[in-house]
Amino acid sequence: MNATHTVVLAADDLSVFGQDPWWLVVIKSVLIFAILVVFTLFNIWFERRVVARMQHRVGPNVHGPFGLLQSLADGVKLALKEDIVPKAADKVVFLLAPIMSTVPAFVAFAVIPFGPEVTVPFTDITTPLQLTDMPVGVLFILAVASIGIYGIVLGGWSSGSTYSLLGGLRSSAQMISYEVAMGLSLVAVFLYAGSMSTSEIVAAQERLWFGLILIPSFVIYVISMVGETNRAPFDLPEAEGELVGGFHTEYSSLKFALFFLAEYVNMVTVSALATTLFLGGWRAPWPLSLWDGANEGYWPVLWFFAKVLLFIFMFIWLRGTLPRLRYDQFMKFGWKRLIPVSLVWIVAVATIRAISLEGGIDRTYLLAAIGVVAVLFLVLFFVGGAEEEAAEAEPEDQRHGDFDAFAGGYPVPPMPGKAVQGRTSVSLYESSPTLSKEQS
Amino acid sequence: MTAVQVVFVLLSLVAVVSALLVVTTPHLVHSALWLVVTLGAIAGVFLVLAAEFVAWVQVLIYVGAVVVLLLFALMLTRAPTGPQPDLTVRRWAPAAFVALLVAVLLGATLVAGFQDVRLDLDQAVVGSAEVTGETVFRRWVLPFEVLSVLLLAALVGAIVLSRLRSEDGDD
Repeated sequence: MNATHTVVLAADDLSVFGQDPWWLVVIKSVLIFAILVVFTLFNIWFERRVVARMQHRVGPNVHGPFGLLQSLADGVKLALKEDIVPKAADKVVFLLAPIMSTVPAFVAFAVIPFGPEVTVPFTDITTPLQLTDMPVGVLFILAVASIGIYGIVLGGWSSGSTYSLLGGLRSSAQMISYEVAMGLSLVAVFLYAGSMSTSEIVAAQERLWFGLILIPSFVIYVISMVGETNRAPFDLPEAEGELVGGFHTEYSSLKFALFFLAEYVNMVTVSALATTLFLGGWRAPWPLSLWDGANEGYWPVLWFFAKVLLFIFMFIWLRGTLPRLRYDQFMKFGWKRLIPVSLVWIVAVATIRAISLEGGIDRTYLLAAIGVVAVLFLVLFFVGGAEEEAAEAEPEDQRHGDFDAFAGGYPVPPMPGKAVQGRTSVSLYESSPTLSKEQS
Repeated sequence: MTAVQVVFVLLSLVAVVSALLVVTTPHLVHSALWLVVTLGAIAGVFLVLAAEFVAWVQVLIYVGAVVVLLLFALMLTRAPTGPQPDLTVRRWAPAAFVALLVAVLLGATLVAGFQDVRLDLDQAVVGSAEVTGETVFRRWVLPFEVLSVLLLAALVGAIVLSRLRSEDGDD
């Protein structure tokens, strides 16, 4: 812990940004766009190959070396498909939705730092490997990501189909819930870095990555980023067993391709944000950082993409191994576990920060305080778990009682282990207190 | 007029026109979308006034959460894709009157309160997180606390209302 060495709150010095000539800005923007699209094509192939390997299959290996051109072929195929617009669709919004979903995914990358200041080849201009930065860079990413929800909500609604609507509803609830947890997990990083600008946060991790000192924040962020991108095991909005394709059931051709692109770019965006905020951004990992040249020139771009790829692999690994959560379990986990835990953690971090910034307290006290907080965490987790188990156990006891198929006003099939009582339950329904109250 | 002023006026125009469309369009969901445009334009106005932090918070909270929740509620209750002509209200005249009254009230308050305040846009950090935090938690701390108590009361009220109804339903 770097508790004893007092860190001066980093003053936002973003004077290196906004100095680029216009052609450099254009080159940077085009490069970011091109990298993201190519990376998406690569990720789709990577996902299919890794999942195939996990399931003892081969995966796409025909088109190009190792099948690398498979996604390109799929993309061309998608573009040549017929563009179907359902009769019940709201035409304008139906067209707008995929665009609103894709654009924010790309825009968020404007403030992600790929590397330090470098000289542009063939010229003597120095420029940071980042399109731009602002004092509230991370807030900008969160804000832009929250606009991306519209694509899904509106896509679901404007299709004029029940499955799409339900998928859109689910995903909006999911993304709003997990955005809260995500935002809260970032607060600890802001407190330690003393800034919300991405380049300053990377600079603040020169000695120690925030992923190491702020482990709870890191864990919460990683969980909520999977929820935020609608990926397995949190891919409830497109649970194919329940909702066909979810919000994009009615989409076809290039509009569908845009949704697909948005999902994969979003994956890269949240991974890049995780890298920037918790894994030292473009800084070389430990054994490599002993080499002086590791953090200079264009090398950092390599470390950055290696870290991002690590997260992408984790996404794929999760998809390959974990079954999908039930919707109520997922919501309960978000609101009853992640958010309270991150709130407690923020208070703890703020206290520790305030004490260490005030300039003086023994390291032992601090470690003791951290120990107490850790114990509190464990207690919170286990007590919460016990309550929940008790709550879940209750219906177990009721299982042996009568199953009332008409309790909700319309017939439902029994849960496993229950016996249907048939029409006898109707009499129960009729003698329910509401009805008797109304009669009296 | 400087370029900044032109942008400011354009953004204000977008905000006002889309706000009018919010109340006049017969589509329920379209009206929510126009509300997004209004709130986005206001965020743009904040940006022009160099209040970066407030601008992005506006996008994050109002555009990204409040209107999404509004759409969510709308779709849970009813989600027709066609226009609804019965939405056009007959009592538009008193509504317009009340809106005008509120506008005059708020405008008068603003003019009375900030008549002599001039913003130096060349100074880079007019509305950074630091400045915003200092102003809210030092100078305007009392109104801030009053507002938060008001919001808390509204929250408790909403919970009480929904609990009352669900208890009625269970009995």
